[in-house]
Amino acid sequence: MKEKKVVVGMSGGVDSSVAAYLLKEAGYDVIGVTMEIWPEESGEDMSLHGGCCGLSASQDAARVAQKLGIPHYVMNFREEFRENVINYFMEEYLSGRTPNPCIACNRYVKWESLLRRSLMLGADYIATGHYARVEQLPNGRYAIRRSVTAAKDQTYALYNLTQEQLARTLMPVGEYDKPAIRAIAEQLDLPVAHKPDSQEICFVPDQDYAGFIEKNCGRAVPPGNFVTADGTVLGQHKGITHYTIGQRKGLNLAMGHPVFVTEIRPETNEVVIGGAEDVFTDRLVCGHLNFMSIPNLKDTLSVTAKIRYNHAGAPARVRRISEDQAEVLFDEPVRAVTPGQAVVFYDGDYVAGGGTILRPFM
Amino acid sequence: MFEMRSDGESHMDKFIYLDNAATTRTSPAVVEAMLPFFSEYYGNASGIYSIGVKSKEAISESREIIATTLGAKPEEIYFTAGGSESDNWALKATSEVFAAGGLPNRGNKGAGDDSLPVRNHIITTKIEHHAILHTCEYLQKQGIEVTYVNVDENGLVNLKELERAIRPETFLISVMFANNEVGTIQPIREIGEIAKKHGILFHTDAVQAYGHLPIHVEELHIDMLSASAHKLNGPKGVGFLYIRRNLRISSFIHGGAQERKRRAGTENVPGIVGFGQAAKDAFETMEKRSAYETELRDYLIARILKEIPYSRLNGHRTKRLSNNANFSFQFVEGESLLIMLDMEGICGSSGSACTSGSLDPSHVLLSLGLPEDLAHGSLRLTLSAETTREEIDVTVETIKKIVERLRSMSPQYEDFCRHM
Repeated sequence: MKEKKVVVGMSGGVDSSVAAYLLKEAGYDVIGVTMEIWPEESGEDMSLHGGCCGLSASQDAARVAQKLGIPHYVMNFREEFRENVINYFMEEYLSGRTPNPCIACNRYVKWESLLRRSLMLGADYIATGHYARVEQLPNGRYAIRRSVTAAKDQTYALYNLTQEQLARTLMPVGEYDKPAIRAIAEQLDLPVAHKPDSQEICFVPDQDYAGFIEKNCGRAVPPGNFVTADGTVLGQHKGITHYTIGQRKGLNLAMGHPVFVTEIRPETNEVVIGGAEDVFTDRLVCGHLNFMSIPNLKDTLSVTAKIRYNHAGAPARVRRISEDQAEVLFDEPVRAVTPGQAVVFYDGDYVAGGGTILRPFM
Repeated sequence: MFEMRSDGESHMDKFIYLDNAATTRTSPAVVEAMLPFFSEYYGNASGIYSIGVKSKEAISESREIIATTLGAKPEEIYFTAGGSESDNWALKATSEVFAAGGLPNRGNKGAGDDSLPVRNHIITTKIEHHAILHTCEYLQKQGIEVTYVNVDENGLVNLKELERAIRPETFLISVMFANNEVGTIQPIREIGEIAKKHGILFHTDAVQAYGHLPIHVEELHIDMLSASAHKLNGPKGVGFLYIRRNLRISSFIHGGAQERKRRAGTENVPGIVGFGQAAKDAFETMEKRSAYETELRDYLIARILKEIPYSRLNGHRTKRLSNNANFSFQFVEGESLLIMLDMEGICGSSGSACTSGSLDPSHVLLSLGLPEDLAHGSLRLTLSAETTREEIDVTVETIKKIVERLRSMSPQYEDFCRHM
């Protein structure tokens, strides 16, 4: 039988390097691809980007590929990345929301574009180094399943993949925990065995999101008022892109007690401030729904819901309220429900589905 | 159905090499000429002892060979580490001399002399190699003004626009001899005449042309010329800059007295010897070789254009390097095409080897007026004297299959066919 051909997205990091190795060991015909996503930059700026998909990434990936004896190519995804990730990221912040660019990158760049181009090359699958598993369930549907290690679970950012995408996806690293993956890399003497994990948002290496948006969006982000829920002006904010729900640091408001961002109002350019209790809510409305382990949402579904990447998850019930919107009711109030972030529903270890948080329900 | 090669064999074991504009195979004769200068005659050419003298003589010999090929004098040839260095030197060092306060006045009339007007303007083209374009961008940051002249749809520089761009402050015109991506050969003599008429220096980046076309610096009114050994079956890491005698230009690398104090650093003796051998061989075989390559190139072009619908040739049909063919295929991503060719053991490129890997649309093809999707989807195949007709046949058949497959998966192509 002919070997199945798989394209592995190689970021130059430990996880995707070991993913390539594991697939090769499993008998696949493996091709390494590094996705070039950065805008072209002048030589002097080149040292700035180090992390996932950075400029050293393709070199590291090429060294690993050579070590593993697999072909390696660099593909240009700059347009797709700018369109679907960077522009989306800026638009969301400018609209008073807090986006998760990794989710957009996964759905539209890593999967939609990479899969399409890989199929063109004659591949049967694409694979990544995510700490997650892909399984086909008895009901015939494909679902993302939590990795064996809770510590590195990366399923949250994958909830938006389609069934067609999942059917063509392999995630070999999900069967291991991070120390095991590092041990394999060390055993193979891979040149990237000791590379640190990539962090935060890869295209804003200094984590100054507001500065990045100001520089790249082509318009001014004006300052405005900090207000209380009833409209009392408390002071000046630096522009809404500087804030997210639940934020306490960097407000520069001397109120005598801790205060937090509770709401961002782009239409009036106001940032609403409240006390600790004001950032808790037990309801939210989400849209742009995607389902994995279940074909659709019929009755009320009991799930564990995660409202951000590092949220532990909380028991909740999900109920459809319109064609493409659902309401999530938490058993206990959760902190800082943030429009623009995803809410992901887990049925045990499996991702049942999820959506984008539109608003908390106060 | 088109089967991809998936035998797991290394794709290096047997391949068809059609990327000779990126680099060439160092010829056995060149390697043989170089070898004694690693372990046998390893002396520093500045030494007074006999193995040093041996090195010095070898360098002189190469310098003479190369000078002869250009109709130049040996003392006008300065060895460098390659084409990019030569380009950098030509542009930066003349800028330094002509722009205000650049070079201390060492009796060179004009340089640093306040009584003469500052000359701070360079004219070049939009389709130069990045060694020129990026150097110009760097110089612009230093206050030099640069005009980038347009080319026509075949890649030929617009001579009228070039002449109109001349100002009293213009000190340099730099136009490549032949383009590295589309192979178009520029009207160098006419440009040289324009430069001469206006009292402006003329530099040409001849990296793709040297060893492939006859070049006579006097007849063509060339003041400076860049070349690189590895484009003519010589070794990598060695090039030269021809600098007309008495031309005011500052040193590029400061240090020792090598290369008449203008380019310090212990000479790359094996490289220079290899370059001399490569130049000698290239000029001896030029006529026969280019006739052979031209015939094969035209065969390749004819087959592709005839047998693959919606394909086009980029660059000038006849005024092009004898080994260059550059195609665009509508509804095909160049990147996928290149990768699939590689999987089949065929080495082509999307354009400049220095920029692929990034695979952004080619600045050259955009300057020729190609829309972005076509500029993205180009394929450059550059032949050599070693390329065979069988290899061209295999390549054409492979491209046909790949283009067909990629188009069958392209939604744009489907749309297009539906509206036919």
